[in-house]
Amino acid sequence: MRKALFSACAALALAFGVAATAETVAITNARILTAGPAGEIASGTVVFRDGKITAIGANVAAPAGARVIDAHGGVVAPGFFATSSLLGAVEVGSLGNDLQVDNPEIGAAFDIQYGLNPESGLLPIARLGGLTSAVVLPIPAGGRGDGDEEDDDASDYTAGPDHDGPKSHALFAGQGAVINLGSEDGVLTKARVAMVAPFGQGGAAVAGGARGAQIVALKQALADVRDYMNNKAAYDRGGYRELALSRGDLEALIPVVEGKMPIVAVVHRASDIRQVLAFAHDEHVKVILDGAQEAWMVAPQIAQAGVPVLLNPLDDRPESYEELAATMDNAGRLAAAGVTVALESTGGSARVRETRYGAGNAVSHGMTYAAALAAITINPAKIFGVADRTGSLEQGKDADLVIWTGDPFEPLSQAVAVYIHGQPQPMTSRQTELRDRYKTLGGPLPPAYSHP
Amino acid sequence: MIAALAVSGCASETAPSKTAQVSAAPAKPLLPGLDPLAKADAFPSTYRPMPSRPIAVVGASVFTGTGTLIENGTVLVKDGKVEAVGAGLAVPAGYDTVDARGKWVTPGLIDAHSHLGVYASPSVPANSDGNEMTNPVTAEVWAEHSVWPQDPGFNTARIGGVTSLLILPGSGNLIGGRGVILRNIPARTVQDMKFPGAPYVLKMACGENPKRVYGAKGRAPSTRMGNVAGYRAAWINAQDYQRRWDDYRAKIAKGEKAEPPKRDLALDTLSGVLRGEILVENHCYRADEMAQMIDISKEFGYHVAAFHHAVEAYKIADLLAENHICIATWANWWGGKMEMLDGIEANAALVDAAKGGCAVIKSDDPDLIQRLNQEAAEALAAGRAAGLTISEADAIKWITANPAKAIGIDKQTGSLEPGKRADLVIWDHDPFSIYARTDQVYLDGAVAYDRHDPRYQPRSDFDLGQPGEGVR
Repeated sequence: MRKALFSACAALALAFGVAATAETVAITNARILTAGPAGEIASGTVVFRDGKITAIGANVAAPAGARVIDAHGGVVAPGFFATSSLLGAVEVGSLGNDLQVDNPEIGAAFDIQYGLNPESGLLPIARLGGLTSAVVLPIPAGGRGDGDEEDDDASDYTAGPDHDGPKSHALFAGQGAVINLGSEDGVLTKARVAMVAPFGQGGAAVAGGARGAQIVALKQALADVRDYMNNKAAYDRGGYRELALSRGDLEALIPVVEGKMPIVAVVHRASDIRQVLAFAHDEHVKVILDGAQEAWMVAPQIAQAGVPVLLNPLDDRPESYEELAATMDNAGRLAAAGVTVALESTGGSARVRETRYGAGNAVSHGMTYAAALAAITINPAKIFGVADRTGSLEQGKDADLVIWTGDPFEPLSQAVAVYIHGQPQPMTSRQTELRDRYKTLGGPLPPAYSHP
Repeated sequence: MIAALAVSGCASETAPSKTAQVSAAPAKPLLPGLDPLAKADAFPSTYRPMPSRPIAVVGASVFTGTGTLIENGTVLVKDGKVEAVGAGLAVPAGYDTVDARGKWVTPGLIDAHSHLGVYASPSVPANSDGNEMTNPVTAEVWAEHSVWPQDPGFNTARIGGVTSLLILPGSGNLIGGRGVILRNIPARTVQDMKFPGAPYVLKMACGENPKRVYGAKGRAPSTRMGNVAGYRAAWINAQDYQRRWDDYRAKIAKGEKAEPPKRDLALDTLSGVLRGEILVENHCYRADEMAQMIDISKEFGYHVAAFHHAVEAYKIADLLAENHICIATWANWWGGKMEMLDGIEANAALVDAAKGGCAVIKSDDPDLIQRLNQEAAEALAAGRAAGLTISEADAIKWITANPAKAIGIDKQTGSLEPGKRADLVIWDHDPFSIYARTDQVYLDGAVAYDRHDPRYQPRSDFDLGQPGEGVR
């Protein structure tokens, strides 16, 4: 699989990107936010070639023959990372998505990588918001960690959801992937980065209605996986006791019980977070908290367990009885306690470009700038196992970076150039085409005659 | 309990004598509950401003909401009203000085589209009171009868600088009922929040929602053409109702005997629209549908005050300006369903750029209502990226003066002009910055929220005794 992907990438690069990848590019005169050990470089240069950063620093000179791009004092930052997004797996929210499965044979085994669409119209729009990577996660029973506006909240005001698509009823909702938003070399960065499971009310729903049943069922399932691992031959002969999960689900959970694949635990209430921590401890599995509106109440325990948290920094209302203590201070308090935090956007699809504004709001509510920057760059890259490639501007990493007119958290700042794997991305989208078509009304011909 | 009943009994007995003069002396006086014009407001506002002292807010960068930014501005407030606004005005004796040097002042923000109270937090079925989806035309329902004043969302909205807001019914119906304009003040009853002198509004909805809701029930409308037939039938009924009352009153005026028409709450509301007393706030996403709704308004003789959501308004900015219709939209919301597909960030800016255009940024959401200034900043940036020259002083109108106009309260609030209600916000940064937070929010010259003073950080009943205690 790995090999096939690489050769596909290589073919695409040959077809489209030879000139660009072979070229050395130097962005000079930039305030560089590295999100790496070098921190912020007040004025410096970043050089990349063949998709990788070759040099970065205050005293780096543009190599001879390099194409030099003067940032004129603007900001260069790592491309931002959309956490818990739907990108590549949804087009129009009301028409459904490729992230929810209602199939008794396929829960944990569900693998979103096969449904990803690099031609999705949402990707160019997200790129213009400075995003270059995303982690795309299955949607479990009870919904996303941040409460998907378009499917839950807004549907109430707008008189119910348009679609009645499948909803997961499984203990495990499936496996997510990290994607890049590049226009040329495909979408998948890394498959099977995490296993999603609902806890709290969502977990109760898949276990027959009560929280107490869910943790028990989970423990039974993991025990079955361990038994299956150790008795595969007997299982295959049909000479083994019946297991609750399908063979595919059992196979998919092996990396989880081996501690290689983390469980994204969608969880909101403080008491449920404590249960998740205890469960992870007892079962020797790795977990990531997602949603976690009341996590600030349990911050020291989360930090001590070394468990990362994915959260929407704007969740501050008692949206449900699971998040009565929601506050804008959640992200800042967790980061201050030493928790690795990644910031989600509301909805994770059409509005995913608001990721940078969420970071700004976290800063105005007590998170340090450096922590907020990390929370939309290097932290999600680390949490989902791609920090060796992306998430910060360091020599040897992918040249996934954006040139901004100013502070990228500010709405009045704009992205002026986006590079993914060193490739300059088109700074247009379906939305800019619509805008330009209708910007000046009253021409001699109908607007339909105006297009790129 | 018994005492309360007795009091309300008294109230209803005293009503007829007050109102008898309205219906020109019928042979047998019409009971007030049967006469649509007997009592203009059956649920009158009991709003009272909180106590305030004369204040002088000095030293701030003041966005007046009239297109001006005054550096080192002074805002003088007396008796809850704006007294004067200017650069470096002298502070009269007896005024408390509010040092706002290095800060920004704006008019109190106005949200022209909110469902706070009718879809309160927590969003459990028991709090879902915004959509009476039992009939496609429910002009008889009033959003205020669903508003729960203890919705914690009112407090978080106030922290975001929102001082007045329009609470609308949802969009499941063609005609969803009356909306109510509130002062964003903590209160025990919705009457205590009702904006005195504000008009009523009527919520209408185009497009996907009504046809989906009723199509799924196997009844009309199930298509957009069914939607339009539904609106027109409703207005025909309203005009017929008006004619019957006019005939009745004409006969009574001439001393003739006449049987009064039976009062109908839905048709009362629609008649109020036709008389120009109730403003139409029309949920409508697509450009072509807005054009249809404009024609319907002309057929029956009413005016659309604003199209809401209106994500395709930029395609007909000229038509909207010609017809003096505001649009209330977002910068960033698009794509959730087919009728939202063509939403663009520059929508508000392009609509506003048309001569006579009127753009409003609104929330329709209990989270976004806390950050209307950021949504306006995003819309402003998109307008500039489209090549338009827009000042921040103009863009602030999208969340102050323009929504005031779109919901009919612009004579009272929405800008810092002498005589208007002293609704204002002091920000710690430029409100177009992502880092801006409100330091103080004033309603009628009274401190309603102070970030640095726990005495002015109200919490709803719901938040008491809960984890976190409502500290947001």
